[in-house]
Amino acid sequence: MLIPCPFCGPRDMSEFRCGGQSAIVRPVPAQQVSDEAWSNYMFMRPNPRGVLAERWVHQGGCGTWFNILRNTVSHEIMAVYAIDAAPPELKP
Amino acid sequence: MQRYSGWRVLREGLAGNRNWQPAWRSPSPKPRYDVVIIGGGGHGLATAYYLAKNHNITNVAVLERGWIGGGNTGRNTTVIRSNYFYPESIALFQHSIDLYENLSKELNYNIMFSQRGLVSTGHTRHDMELMARWAGVMQAHGVDADLIDVAEVKRRLPRLVTEHVHLPVLGGFAQKRAGTARHDAVAWGYARGADALGVDIIQNCEVQAFVKNSAGRVTSVKTNLGEIGTDTIVLSVAGNSSVLAKAAGFDLPVTSMTLQAFVSEPLKPVLDTIFLSLATGLYVSQSDKGGLVFGGGLDIYNSYGQRGGFPVAQQVIGALTEHFPSFGRVRLLRQWGGTVDIVHDSSPILGHTPVPGLLINCGWGTGGFKAIPAGGWLMAYHVATGQPHQIAAPFGLSRFETGRFIDEAAGAGIAH
Repeated sequence: MLIPCPFCGPRDMSEFRCGGQSAIVRPVPAQQVSDEAWSNYMFMRPNPRGVLAERWVHQGGCGTWFNILRNTVSHEIMAVYAIDAAPPELKP
Repeated sequence: MQRYSGWRVLREGLAGNRNWQPAWRSPSPKPRYDVVIIGGGGHGLATAYYLAKNHNITNVAVLERGWIGGGNTGRNTTVIRSNYFYPESIALFQHSIDLYENLSKELNYNIMFSQRGLVSTGHTRHDMELMARWAGVMQAHGVDADLIDVAEVKRRLPRLVTEHVHLPVLGGFAQKRAGTARHDAVAWGYARGADALGVDIIQNCEVQAFVKNSAGRVTSVKTNLGEIGTDTIVLSVAGNSSVLAKAAGFDLPVTSMTLQAFVSEPLKPVLDTIFLSLATGLYVSQSDKGGLVFGGGLDIYNSYGQRGGFPVAQQVIGALTEHFPSFGRVRLLRQWGGTVDIVHDSSPILGHTPVPGLLINCGWGTGGFKAIPAGGWLMAYHVATGQPHQIAAPFGLSRFETGRFIDEAAGAGIAH
């Protein structure tokens, strides 16, 4: 798998580490969060068979964290976007 | 059911092998079953078998999207062991070995369970301390585990390089009852046993949706072969657990990742023990056919692709040639990947789900094969009695709310 780092361009996947699903939102305020909501935040994952928004870091390169949209069956990468950006719309 | 025996092989052989019957039927689905098991892998088939045998519940269907044993049951490296750390896990995996030991006889089907023993090696002082603690816990629970010195490691693994290398072997830890079995035979044996007791095994039947009543209880499943009514469903679909859970309306704490495996060309006998290195995560055994069957780490990213990436393959093959330089020029025959359910505490999830009537057996991570008899036996118990067996109770989905984890990161044997 070639992963397109936003700074360094396409590089071999061995230079990267996957940080898992991106944009998980921590529920607040802490005192009012139920056990169920906390468990969902901590552990429950959609784990789709299809397109997943996830974070990667170019660990063996520039060190940048970024987001990608990737198909979990074909491993095709559909989009790369900044770590704090919203995922782009995919053309059908 | 046609019983298999040496006498039978002789008799059928003399008759030109024209009278063998199929080992199980291929029925069309009935409109309704008492229990529907989704997933015709080892766990699903074992669940069906024990439901019929232990609990006399025979109006059962096993629905399989492809062919039985074609998922992780046919993709693993066939190691069976119970060297785990926590009492809950030891009870679970020991129960599985106990059932495996009698399985060929019970099923009248040779699963080729060969208890050749397993040696894990330690390569640093820390490995040695970890192993001493680990073996101590196992011995305290009456499970066989011995700390062994380098001389004994060398005696059992003469081809292993132990000194003057990057990872010298300082000692090891052996489990004599560990072994390997023919994985296809486990699926086929359970399928044949379940079928003989009246279970319908329906292949090429994909579940597309769950139908629920106003109370939220499942009442039927929609499949490509029509709608099948039932009161109780057992989900036993390692790798695709999240996909079917989503279709039923809930999320799981599971991430699907790829575990690769490799097999070499067949060789004369060179390795009569299962080897596992705590330093590199490599595990290797030699199959009865002669191939070196080995694997190592996971590809750490979500994937349903059933194939691994090159960096992990390189790391695993590198580890094999580092520990066993004499295997360096052996040719690789095949490489493949299976999609495994990775859970935060590396322990399975057994029992109730948020959907009434729907039970789940998932999350075995990289070690589901060794647990097939126990997984099936315990799920059958749960279906028949409505309650988890005491061995299965600690592995409920509720632990992700209560925080009562069984964190087997080390015992799982493969770095997560």
